[in-house]
Amino acid sequence: MLIKKSDDIPGSEITDEKLYNNRRKFLRGAMLAGSVGATGWLYRTLNRPGDTKPQSAENDPAGEIAAGEIAEGYRTPEGEPANTFEEIANYNNFYEFSTSKQAVAVRAKNFITRPWTVEVSGLVHKPKTFDIDDLLKLAPLEERVYRFRCVEAWSMVIPWMGFPLRALIDAVEPLGEARYVKFITLYDPKRMPNQTTSVLPWPYIEGLRLDEARHPLTLLATGLYGRDLPPQNGAPVRLVAPWKYGFKGVKSIVQIVFVRDKPGTTWADYAPNEYGFYANVNPQVDHPRWSQKRERRIGEWSMRKTLPFNGYADQVASLYSGMDLNRQF
Amino acid sequence: MDVEDVKFARLLVFVNAAVPFALLLWDWRHAELGANPLEFVTHTTGMLALIFLTLSLAVTPLRKAAGQPWLIRLRRMIGLYAFFYAALHLLAYVWFDKTFSLGAIIDDTARRPYITLGMFAFFLLVPLAVTSTNRMVKLLGGARWNRLHRAVYIAAIAGVAHYYLLVKADTRKPVAFAIVIGALLVYRLLNKYFPSRTERRPARAS
Repeated sequence: MLIKKSDDIPGSEITDEKLYNNRRKFLRGAMLAGSVGATGWLYRTLNRPGDTKPQSAENDPAGEIAAGEIAEGYRTPEGEPANTFEEIANYNNFYEFSTSKQAVAVRAKNFITRPWTVEVSGLVHKPKTFDIDDLLKLAPLEERVYRFRCVEAWSMVIPWMGFPLRALIDAVEPLGEARYVKFITLYDPKRMPNQTTSVLPWPYIEGLRLDEARHPLTLLATGLYGRDLPPQNGAPVRLVAPWKYGFKGVKSIVQIVFVRDKPGTTWADYAPNEYGFYANVNPQVDHPRWSQKRERRIGEWSMRKTLPFNGYADQVASLYSGMDLNRQF
Repeated sequence: MDVEDVKFARLLVFVNAAVPFALLLWDWRHAELGANPLEFVTHTTGMLALIFLTLSLAVTPLRKAAGQPWLIRLRRMIGLYAFFYAALHLLAYVWFDKTFSLGAIIDDTARRPYITLGMFAFFLLVPLAVTSTNRMVKLLGGARWNRLHRAVYIAAIAGVAHYYLLVKADTRKPVAFAIVIGALLVYRLLNKYFPSRTERRPARAS
């Protein structure tokens, strides 16, 4: 380095070497600390494991709702305790809000679900647009503790509140030619911010065969853990078909249509080789990119074996007798 | 930049690159890794491996563009951090997903392209990490060492493809990595076939 000698700086103004070194040390210490702080901040901002204040039962804004009868036949077996409210409410696939499972709860926090209507139409004798509060009175609410298996190979046990979809079907009286039921999620990019992206074609659509829809296990869920559904879990009303992969469980439903032909559904149309219309949980049929033989139960260290029809085979397998489930997955 | 400054710059990189690891351990200890901590660790370490791989590829273009030759002295450490996070990522998979079952790992590797690519990328990085010491550079000779370490380009491409194949629908992040890494590789191609005047000097030792 070239060091210019300058005569016009008096000796008294030249920084003392010790002082200079101290200052240098101090500056370096500050740089180190500052950069570590910045890196830590960056990591925390870009890589959130969830809300800084995870939504828990205590700070859940939704009030308690009266718990109905608990039907014993619908409990998951002993040794499979339900997941905590914190787990269920902070790990969600709900692409309308975010594609990050940890971010959905935060981004859905202010989602307002009143007023809300569900339009039931199509091949029915009595089409009707239900106000959500009337819909909730259609049948007594029950608690159903179901296994929940995501197509991504993780699972939970969830104590849903709701009533069998069958009650709604009976109320609108489908015509003889109705063979399928189609469910549509709200489309409102102002309230569901990720709908401004084209990650998936909106609105989200799912469907069931009419006999699947009428099955006693099939639930219109309106709550969990004895409370209204948190927005991230599909408030105010969602579908639960516990023997199918989670993506069949369409959330925040605004429209239910009875149709003659098999409806196009979001994931099955998006990647037909990866996601089927039936989407029955089946350890024998792997997702083309990953195995479905095992699953990680949230909160557990090792993987569990995935059960055919998610453990509900004795109740639902007969719906599919004669079908090749390897091809109609 | 004097020797002391470079030393300090390396200390800065060393400490900062360890910050995500430290926070990951901290969050683990305090059970703050979300509802699926095992998946969170796997995804985070994989992401960090890709980030450091990308940073290591950015060193050369950056040092030339900015005219800061000393930056090269940070590259080894950045590359080794990429390897460190990739090794943690592999460990997470082998431990949490496969519980160290060799049969299941081999089966998975053979059957699933994204696992095949991930394994391939990792095992390409192993010889690079092993030959990263000064002694190994001398032993191999600069030219051979350089040729060997070009394998990092392939590892980076395989790493991004591995990420791309695993996401369900939202491909924005893997595509962003592909664009950045693609640009850094194109820069090298352009440099090779259309070298700038300053670099066409006969002795190109570096």
